[in-house]
Amino acid sequence: MAVRAARELSDGDVVFVGIGLPNLACNLARATHAPNLVLVYESGAVGAVPERLPVSIGDPALVTDSLGVASMADVFQFYLQGGRIDVGFLGGAQVDRYANINSTVIGPYAKPKVRLPGSGGACEIAVHAKRVIVVAPLSARSFPAEVDFYTSPGHAGKYGTRRELGLPGGGPLRIVTDVGILRPSPQDGELELAAVYPGIDPQEVVEKVGWPLRICAALEPVPAPTAEELHLLRDVLDPQHLYL
Amino acid sequence: MDMREAVNRFVRDGDTVVIEGFTHLICFAAAHEIIRQQRRDLTLARLTPDLIYDQLIAAGCAKKLIFSWAGNPGVGSLHGMRRAVESAQPGPLELEEYSHFGLVARLSAGAAKLPFWPLRDYRGSDLPLANPLIRTIECPYTGEQLATVPALNPDVAIVHAQRADSSGTAQIWGLYGVQKEAAFAASRVIVVVEEIVPEAVIRADPNRTIIPGFIVDAVVCEPWGAHPSYAQGYYDRDNDFYVAWDAISRDAKGLEAWLNEWVYGVGSRAEYIDKLGEDVVARLSAKPRVCEGVNYGF
Repeated sequence: MAVRAARELSDGDVVFVGIGLPNLACNLARATHAPNLVLVYESGAVGAVPERLPVSIGDPALVTDSLGVASMADVFQFYLQGGRIDVGFLGGAQVDRYANINSTVIGPYAKPKVRLPGSGGACEIAVHAKRVIVVAPLSARSFPAEVDFYTSPGHAGKYGTRRELGLPGGGPLRIVTDVGILRPSPQDGELELAAVYPGIDPQEVVEKVGWPLRICAALEPVPAPTAEELHLLRDVLDPQHLYL
Repeated sequence: MDMREAVNRFVRDGDTVVIEGFTHLICFAAAHEIIRQQRRDLTLARLTPDLIYDQLIAAGCAKKLIFSWAGNPGVGSLHGMRRAVESAQPGPLELEEYSHFGLVARLSAGAAKLPFWPLRDYRGSDLPLANPLIRTIECPYTGEQLATVPALNPDVAIVHAQRADSSGTAQIWGLYGVQKEAAFAASRVIVVVEEIVPEAVIRADPNRTIIPGFIVDAVVCEPWGAHPSYAQGYYDRDNDFYVAWDAISRDAKGLEAWLNEWVYGVGSRAEYIDKLGEDVVARLSAKPRVCEGVNYGF
């Protein structure tokens, strides 16, 4: 998933980086096809070039040699709300048919079955980033027809469509899972299967999601991870296997 | 002033307390003193409750938590907080939840002494349902519906910084978090630093100042006061401890034993650091990466 997520980034993108796999994916992209990626962390580091794999989004290595450090008020108001972020990464416990994301609770809010960490910066990333890449392993539990709680808005749902809501960002345009990639249909924003990884049967993916998943007429080709990508991930970027 | 006196004088039962610091400069030394002095019924506000509020909650100091992301970063859950929420141990805990932007905006409004702060956020989200204090307003210029959050004006803010002069004029480098907003929003301000330096050191580099001494009530010099959080240029984050906290805090007894040993069992931060030992201090001490400085001449 780290390799697929890295390949979604273009050189020169300004990326709002989250912790975990996205962190690894961004640093992989910077080490391969996107050396001019600008990493912005919600903690305030701008243009970070971490010498070690950051263990948290507030790691001191993000500051050393960065382009600048912003206060969090500036990060959210000027960088994110100001429309300066090209790509945001999100994860979540649930992703639904229209790419709404839940990272708050499983079950009802007042009496949750599972209490999750909450939004953090996720809601505003989903509202403002020009495009959002979601990274989440695929399973029936984590891909229901509708999320239990709308933490971060997708393309449509009980509150209406992005256009009706006037959301400035593009929303989740790529959902990178462990078996393939979903993307919203240009017609109605419903997620459909855009690609499967080598050796994966599209039908197997369809059975794993909580709604009748449409398969794109022409599935995108997905080349396997290269030896260099794997070497960078395993031996250089995450030798202690913090994320892998 | 030492930490015991600062907490004794400026943190009171029932207060709304903000101890900020985003990963960086989280003042655990102050939290441990609050636990030792057994403050009760506190409303604790922080973007990320982190281990610091997990400990305060488990020690029975809190009645309410205002937050935007509650987890042990990269590790998992905050077990102390979850026990309070899920089974009222050691007491019930009321939650008031925002996103990061929302809580940052609350402190910005508080610092500017405005009643609320507008933001373009929350449309298409259930967060306003979960928290009725997130509301909307129509822009008087464009007619756009904007979200609003109310000002947060804590009774006391405790801000950790690298250095200050004896009046509390404080300088921070590295990640700022919302330290400035928290200090300006609060009625009482405690500044805790790694070093007290002569005023001339502050004046030699004025652009690094984020808090002026004239809004500060107490200045405490507490080296390593942020451990297991970090202070850029002084010591690294103790990531091993953040990982270890998961097992320590998983059941109430284990967490209580930890508090007995590391909080109630030591009289001060200096004792805590002694107990931590030379090896940990050596492992975490920052390597030099000194910047060149600039010309302030005219």
